[in-house]
Amino acid sequence: MPINYYIFLALALFSIGIAGVLTRRNAIIIFMCIELMLNAVNLLLVAFSKMHHLNNAAVDATAGTDGQLFVFFIMVVAAAEVSVGLSIIVMMYRNIHSVDINFLNRLKH
Amino acid sequence: MQNALQIVYLIPLLPLIGFLINGLGRNHLSKTMISFVGCGTVLASFILSIWVFMEVRGGNTHIADYFNFISVGNLKIPFAFQIDQLSSLFLLIITGVGFLIHVYSTSYMHEENTGHFGRYFSYLNLFIFSMLLLVMGANFVIMFIGWEGVGLCSYLLIGYWFKDNDNNKAANKAFIMNRIGDLAFLIAIFWLIAKIGTVSYAEVFSSANLAKLKSTDVTIITLLLFAGAAGKSAQIPLYTWLPDAMAGPTPVSALIHAATMVTAGVYMIARSNLLYSLSQVSMNVVAIIGLATALLAATIAMKQNDIKKILAYSTVSQLGFMFLALGTGAYVAAVFHVMTHAFFKALLFLGSGSVIHAMGGEQDIRNMGGLSKKLKITFITFFIGCIAIAGIPPFSGFFSKDAILLSAFIKSPVLYGIALFTALLTAFYMFRLLFITFSGSFRGTEDQKHHLHESPFAMTVPLIVLAILSIIGGFVGIPEVFMKGGDRLGEFLSPVIKTQTEHSVSHSTEYMLMGLSTSLVVAMIIAAWVMFRNYKAKESSAFGKILENKWYVDELYDSIVVQPLHRFSGFLKSVIETKVVDGLVNGVDKAVNYGSRQFRLLQSGQVGSYVLLMVVSIVLIFVIQFFIRK
Repeated sequence: MPINYYIFLALALFSIGIAGVLTRRNAIIIFMCIELMLNAVNLLLVAFSKMHHLNNAAVDATAGTDGQLFVFFIMVVAAAEVSVGLSIIVMMYRNIHSVDINFLNRLKH
Repeated sequence: MQNALQIVYLIPLLPLIGFLINGLGRNHLSKTMISFVGCGTVLASFILSIWVFMEVRGGNTHIADYFNFISVGNLKIPFAFQIDQLSSLFLLIITGVGFLIHVYSTSYMHEENTGHFGRYFSYLNLFIFSMLLLVMGANFVIMFIGWEGVGLCSYLLIGYWFKDNDNNKAANKAFIMNRIGDLAFLIAIFWLIAKIGTVSYAEVFSSANLAKLKSTDVTIITLLLFAGAAGKSAQIPLYTWLPDAMAGPTPVSALIHAATMVTAGVYMIARSNLLYSLSQVSMNVVAIIGLATALLAATIAMKQNDIKKILAYSTVSQLGFMFLALGTGAYVAAVFHVMTHAFFKALLFLGSGSVIHAMGGEQDIRNMGGLSKKLKITFITFFIGCIAIAGIPPFSGFFSKDAILLSAFIKSPVLYGIALFTALLTAFYMFRLLFITFSGSFRGTEDQKHHLHESPFAMTVPLIVLAILSIIGGFVGIPEVFMKGGDRLGEFLSPVIKTQTEHSVSHSTEYMLMGLSTSLVVAMIIAAWVMFRNYKAKESSAFGKILENKWYVDELYDSIVVQPLHRFSGFLKSVIETKVVDGLVNGVDKAVNYGSRQFRLLQSGQVGSYVLLMVVSIVLIFVIQFFIRK
């Protein structure tokens, strides 16, 4: 499959993620959108890594593997982030009985 | 050491060391120590100067090149001293008269407290250093350094008693008026550099370089140099600072404002005589300004009542004579008059200092009178000084003034007539001063009468030495008519100053001129004797009032220069300062304030808006990158 398809798919996912972050007020949905963006990046990394490998396999048998390594890193970091983020959301809900981020404008002060 | 010329750098260096010692140690050294350092360094310089003078008389001249002072592109200005006939003569005058005045000062200034005493001597030593630099420099730039140095010292010493604000004003006036002349001098130096690319005397006055200069350039340069000289040597229109400079201590007036600094202009023009000889226009300007100054100052001196003011105007007038001599091409006569004038005018100033000392600070001659009985030495020496300046043979003033009058006569009988008239005025006002001060009966208070006393030895000895010099000083330049080869000064200076016009008058004419001037001077003295022997203060006539007020020149300058400047600065203060400058400053402040108020609204605390801004910015950056990186 041409690389273009992967790029367009990743772009679409990323844009959906951004749009979600910008427009939604529910913290959990925003959280999901962030995950969406992360995965869009992962997808791109894997796609490029594959392309790179195909192009340069003759010269270097391990070409492009570092891209896939990064994907694992991102997954691990994302998992860690989710655990922290969800716990923040839970605490938030316990305190103000809402997960609407518009209540969270105390950073202003 | 075979030769004095190899250690000439010591001559200015010693007073500089004296300045440092006295200046830094003024609160720690005793007065005796300060006097010793102050006088000793100058005496050492004087002895070295005599040695150097002997070498130069033997025919040795020397350019001592020490280091490269300025080196830009093709322009090289070395820090060099030029020791030749002219500068060695000035060295003798400066260090010799300077030493006598230092000795005099030790007694005159003795009532000052130690710190101020040390300050006084450090300034005086710094002055001697600067003046030596001025005459020893081998190019115009070194001369200019000395020129500024003496101006600074003059300023510091006029304002020596800085607690009285009038003195500070006088100091400022002297400094600012000198500044005008100095600017012209500086422009002349730049002009020289632009046209021939050098400022060393040896190169500027070489015939090849003189030939390169167009006649308009020569005229402009010489006129600018003369403007500088007019500032320093108190010529019209920049003379009004010199009478005010009398606010300083009397020995300072004697040293700086009579004997040495004010003759720097004469030195400069005599040094550039080859340049001046190329421009008839400049010569005429110099002669006319000199003569006009001599006449104007002499008329003012007729009606002054402050003993130092009379001497100050007399100095301006005598300087005018020197410039007349320069302008008529009699450079040797000018230098000769510088020398004799240094003797008798220093003598007169120191004598007046002795009088002021005896009178307990009184300077108004209307309150004096009859002092000859109490101050015998001062009276006799002052009398000698008056005869010398009036020009009675065989006192020194006669020979130098006669040389100037003769050169004026050769140039034009009109110049001669005015110059002779001025010389007569000189005799008249000097003897007016003498008779009012020393003859008749005492007009001061009883207190002053009891206080009257002859000054101590440290003051009378310099007076006596200067009196002797005033008597014999003229014998170095006896005119040819009296003695074949009598003009030893002219002969001595001939390598530096090319002899000008041949004597075109017959001996009988010369005798007649001398007889005329001498007899008229004697008549003037008798007239002064009759009028002022028993002086009584009385109201002056209308014309006398004008003279008393110095032709209202100060008022004129005040209304055409000072007041407009004041008004202009008032305008700058009230309009430019408040509206433009303040407006600009406050405007910036307001703009920043307003801008940041608007900017603050961005910080809303809404995470959503932050993210939106971030995304928009990133997109923008991508777009810009995309379009710009092609």
